[in-house]
Amino acid sequence: MTLNGWIQIALFCAVVLALVKPLGLYMTRVFGGERTFLSPLLGPVERGLYRAAGLDARQEQTWLGYAGALVVFHVFGFLLLYAILRLQTVLPLNPAGQGEVAPDLAFNTTTSFITNTNWQSYGGETTLSYLSQMVGLTHQNFLSAATGIAVAVALIRGFGRASSRTLGSFWVDVTRATLYVLLPLSLVFALFLVWQGIPQTLGGSVDATTLEGAKQTIAVGPVASQVAIKMLGTNGGGFFNANAAHPFENPTALSNFVQMVAIFAIGAALTNVFGRMVGDERQGWAILAAMGVLFLAGVAVAYWVEAQGSSVLNGLGLAGGNMEGKEVRFGIVASALFAVVTTAASCGAVNAMHDSFTALGGLVPLVNMQLGEVIVGGVGAGLYGMLIFVLIAIFVAGLMVGRTPEYLGKKIEAKEVKMAMLGILCLPLTMLGFTALATVLPAGLAGPAKAGPHGFSEILYAYTSAAANNGSAFGGLSANTLFYNATLAVAMLAGRFFVKIPALAIAGSLAAKKTVPASAGTFPTHGGLFVGLLVGVVLIIGGLTFFPSLALGPVVEHLAGAAGQTFGTGG
Amino acid sequence: MLSHLRPTLVIGLGLTVVTGLAYPLAVTGLAGTLFPAKAAGSLIERDGRVVGSSLIGQSFTADGYFHGRPSATTAPDPADASKTVPAPYNASNSAGSNLGPTSAALAERVKGDLATLSRENAGPAVPVDLVTTSGSGLDPDISPEAALFQVPRIAKARHLPEERLSALVTSRIEGRTLGVLGEPRVNVLALNLALDDLAHP
Repeated sequence: MTLNGWIQIALFCAVVLALVKPLGLYMTRVFGGERTFLSPLLGPVERGLYRAAGLDARQEQTWLGYAGALVVFHVFGFLLLYAILRLQTVLPLNPAGQGEVAPDLAFNTTTSFITNTNWQSYGGETTLSYLSQMVGLTHQNFLSAATGIAVAVALIRGFGRASSRTLGSFWVDVTRATLYVLLPLSLVFALFLVWQGIPQTLGGSVDATTLEGAKQTIAVGPVASQVAIKMLGTNGGGFFNANAAHPFENPTALSNFVQMVAIFAIGAALTNVFGRMVGDERQGWAILAAMGVLFLAGVAVAYWVEAQGSSVLNGLGLAGGNMEGKEVRFGIVASALFAVVTTAASCGAVNAMHDSFTALGGLVPLVNMQLGEVIVGGVGAGLYGMLIFVLIAIFVAGLMVGRTPEYLGKKIEAKEVKMAMLGILCLPLTMLGFTALATVLPAGLAGPAKAGPHGFSEILYAYTSAAANNGSAFGGLSANTLFYNATLAVAMLAGRFFVKIPALAIAGSLAAKKTVPASAGTFPTHGGLFVGLLVGVVLIIGGLTFFPSLALGPVVEHLAGAAGQTFGTGG
Repeated sequence: MLSHLRPTLVIGLGLTVVTGLAYPLAVTGLAGTLFPAKAAGSLIERDGRVVGSSLIGQSFTADGYFHGRPSATTAPDPADASKTVPAPYNASNSAGSNLGPTSAALAERVKGDLATLSRENAGPAVPVDLVTTSGSGLDPDISPEAALFQVPRIAKARHLPEERLSALVTSRIEGRTLGVLGEPRVNVLALNLALDDLAHP
């Protein structure tokens, strides 16, 4: 570890924090339906859409109406993307002549993009046409992110309102999230990325003759426009197979830094939107502080172990940390930081191969996802995930003093706690259940590339990433098989909807309640005690649930590696 | 649910047109106007031929060139399309090795590369980036130490004094961005082009 490394980490935190307030204020105005500086430009488009859809922008929905619209919208997105992938051979913009996408791969990829997971069973440059990348993937990057934001905003309204039947309009929230938040940010960001060196062209691959006279075919394409939204929308699905490690997706140290900031920007600012919409900004800062504590702990561990390097390779005389699967321009610190950021948020883009991280370095991303990606988290998803934990923390605090728990003047009762538990229990059930299944079925055991505990980690990582809608992978797992494509897709759907719909149910139930004025007995939820309690609840629930599986994978591998043991056959 | 159909179709298709067509095409148009060379892939031409991209590494094996990092990229096996064969720096199929920290295959590979490099270049300890594959398999850079490490071999192959080569490497080192971000590095293709300008092997 070096001083410079810590300065890079500190600078990252400072830039993200500096964006929280301005972006939070802007998004509060957007979702409050107020005018913004972009309204003269985008207002006509927005109103035109509502008119054509036969919508009244002031017409709000109950939580059931909101959830119904959400489900129908996802079904539509699924059908459209599936059709585009299956028909790419006859559709235009396919200069490389990519073949048909197989049904199971198309099913997996479609599910992966509508759920904001962006798991890459596909290899971008070898499988997909430009049209599939643009109209198919880029557009779902926007819409899956916009629906995440919409659910978070609906839940915030649930806390902020009193005696209300409705939570806002799903259609208005999705449209405004796309047009006013994601689109303008992506446009500016994409141009910045081209300036840094990311290609943006509809021309086909380029043939070069190398200095040694060999032929090198260089895949290019409309990359920058997709990379911008994949980061801002915490999608993470790459244009290229190697994702953000590919020099065309992440050419410089500066592009890397700004991409990391982009992953956190909207998620962090939503805590501020929360604070503003419930009328007390300190409530938002308290939640962000709890996220920050968990984040810094993850960064410290990952950076430390990656800088130490792997015991096996160090035993051969290597020094300078673990560089397998990392790029020289990023080095150890920017790779470790990126890995923590991308799994704390539900992004899943990678600028280094997590599969080649040291055992404990790979454990940090795994834990981040198992905690439910509530450390800043996916756009929207992180906030509603964390608010579910907040309800449990408040419930625990209430039990300790024997009072009906309250949060922001709302009594937290049986229904909310049941829904919160449903949202929390869905993830371990999916992650661990499918992992167990894959470790006993021959079709599952065919996946891991390596024997030993690392193979178990690869399977565990895959289902964790899918259920948490992250999408990063231990890439050694051969996951483009019928078994993995199908089971991972089911895990993604479970992880998406069994958290989102309970979150909306909580929102509906809270919005209908009256607000109780704070009294001397009210537990203050903006101070250090609350932050500590929340961090504790997240860690205890995650630890109790997942420690056994982590012990079987990364922990065993770490101990074996320290003893110099290797697995599989030498090459 | 039926009442959701019309908004789904209109908002869904409307936003598809905006985000899936208008947005990428607008970026393509603007990028091509503002940064045409970068939008096309930062290609390098010599004598009217494309010799590579300044962002994409390429495979160097001759003694007279600086070598990049090992690359784990593959290509379909010409004999059997269901299998793959190693194809270092295949810029149409980026990939890392995905070998884990306790992989025997990784340990064997590193051991073999260390032996080869120590034989080719008498000198200090082998820099770590020269025996580890990058995440993309297309890493265009090596560390300054890794470039300087190879100077004696190239000096011998090209009959050039080591001091001139060391000076060339030093002049090509890119520092951290803004003095803080990333790591110091040397672009291998740019370095080898400069080397060719210095003297042909």
